[in-house]
Amino acid sequence: MTATLVAGDTWLNNPVVENQLPDAILETLYMTAATGFFTALFGLPLGILLHNLGPKGLTPVPALYRALSLVVDFGRAVPFIVLMLWIIPFTRLVVGTAIGWEAAVVPLTVGAIPFFARLVENSLRDVAWGKVEAVRMMGASDLHVTVNVLVREGLPGIVGGFTITLVTLISYTAMAGAVGGGGLGQLAINYGYHRYQGDVMLICVLLLVLIVTVVQYTGNFIARRLDHRESSAAGRRRFIPVPVQQVFPIHLPSRGTPS
Amino acid sequence: MIELTDVSKVYPGGVTALDHVSLRIPAGEIHGIVGRSGAGKSTLIRCLTGLDKATSGTVRIHGTDIGAATGSQLKKARRSIGMVFQHVNLLDSRTAAQNIAHPLEISGVPRQRRRERVAELLQLVGLTDRADNHPAQLSGGQKQRVGIARALAAEPQVLLCDEPTSALDAATTRQILGLIRQLREKLGITVIIITHEMSVVREICDAVSLLEDGRVARSGNLLEVISDSSSSLSRELISLPPTTHLAPGEQLIDVLLTPGGEVTHIGELVNLLQSQGLPAEVAAGSIETIQDHQVGRLHLKPQDPYSAQRTVETLTSAGVQAELLTAEDIAAEEAAQHAEDPAEVTS
Ligand SMILES: Nc1ncnc2c1ncn2[C@@H]1O[C@H](COP(=O)(O)OP(=O)(O)O)[C@@H](O)[C@H]1O
Repeated sequence: MTATLVAGDTWLNNPVVENQLPDAILETLYMTAATGFFTALFGLPLGILLHNLGPKGLTPVPALYRALSLVVDFGRAVPFIVLMLWIIPFTRLVVGTAIGWEAAVVPLTVGAIPFFARLVENSLRDVAWGKVEAVRMMGASDLHVTVNVLVREGLPGIVGGFTITLVTLISYTAMAGAVGGGGLGQLAINYGYHRYQGDVMLICVLLLVLIVTVVQYTGNFIARRLDHRESSAAGRRRFIPVPVQQVFPIHLPSRGTPS
Repeated sequence: MIELTDVSKVYPGGVTALDHVSLRIPAGEIHGIVGRSGAGKSTLIRCLTGLDKATSGTVRIHGTDIGAATGSQLKKARRSIGMVFQHVNLLDSRTAAQNIAHPLEISGVPRQRRRERVAELLQLVGLTDRADNHPAQLSGGQKQRVGIARALAAEPQVLLCDEPTSALDAATTRQILGLIRQLREKLGITVIIITHEMSVVREICDAVSLLEDGRVARSGNLLEVISDSSSSLSRELISLPPTTHLAPGEQLIDVLLTPGGEVTHIGELVNLLQSQGLPAEVAAGSIETIQDHQVGRLHLKPQDPYSAQRTVETLTSAGVQAELLTAEDIAAEEAAQHAEDPAEVTS
């Protein structure tokens, strides 16, 4: 164990670092970007729908809201790793394979949509009802009010929610790596964990923390720029460091044999 | 002209918020609607804007039946009403100019015309140099000016103001009310102001309606309403500070000075009493200028029951409303007003 963990002359001279790390980084970034894109694409409308059908929405339909809520909460309750395995047939149907980062995007997106949708719903709920009434009084349609009042005024909150979603997603891409999803997570597990290459593990951890930090900073920055409210939480919020456990949320029961 | 005919509103659950309300507000009038919290003021505004439907009766604004309008008809009717809110309700993400342009965007006014109109409106409310500021960078009074400019953008015939100055300090309130009066003069719009501040009514309204438990308890020209000393609304509009230390059995003379009578000024009143050899010791007094007329309410302290009687007779024959009050009457009146106070503050 000690031999490779502090592999003296090979520490950081590891060929894995040179040969596989660049691809792993790209895979993690692609996975995050693609999932982020599809999550926004489906999650934003779902969040808007949830809000507008809900009790404080523009067109409340209690029965439909409850049904939709149930589905969303169900999606949020299923542990990601279980979801990933469970929907493999669906993943195959969409991307033709269940292995690789492209395949990981499907369960990641499915898991992130309900999460993001709830955050969107909360941001819209925080928009003062008086603004909605004021613009309705101008003779605006519900669509106009949704886009120009709810979404536009709730945008700092939505961007904040999207940042949280992305940060969570990055940690999940690592988890997806554990079951063949590629990326830094897979590298960490295959080499850092199974082959005791401490340098690979360390690099993967640092890179993931770096990516999370950059995403968090960028998200906060954009949210602040969009925010013109007088004394808003988003304006004052400082960067909160993300704990390593959030980047690596998996706790494997026991160490497997090196392959 | 705004016309409410027999309007009732019963909320699901059985609360009667409006009870056979009929009101006629002629074009160009500034009409105050006052009443305690829960009297139905907000409900009345919601029925006027079509945000809520009256259970029965009709609401007409310049001929359009608001209650019967639906869809695009209602949207069009709403564009003829400008609304000013207590909490202004500007969009934080838009600048002052963009907020003012918003109703014009909705009615599909072309960009160039929109820009001209916004410049006009900014000038009208005196905020030309603040065009590119966001609401967070404006003071409360400036925000309300933007709110008023926005309400006027689509050239409405009616301006509905829901507690427009309740969140503002006294000096800013005067400015905003001055602006509203000036707008009425320039544009000839009809203005309805919902308020719980009697000072707002005194300062700006031509006419006033008092809502009580969903009914119009009193309605009319401001001077007329004030001149009716028997109405509680008159007492609230021209209110006196509480009279202290009146021994049991002691008396006060409550005098209401209104234009129209022979005696319209305090000086004349004092002269009149002195010419009759009567003392005129003023225990409390309040004088307001309403629609350029002096209106005052006085409590005179007579020396003895005989001179009290003579004072009342002298004043009454000169066309001044005067009434003898005992300590008990005053205590009862003050108790009634105090009972109303907490509710007034929260409305
Ligand atoms: N949406 C509603 N549902 C049921 N009752 C209501 C509703 N809105 C107002 N009310 C009731 O109607 C009455 C009048 O209220 P409101 O118009 O808000 O009075 P004001 O604006 O003068 O304070 C009150 O008794 C209030 O409780």
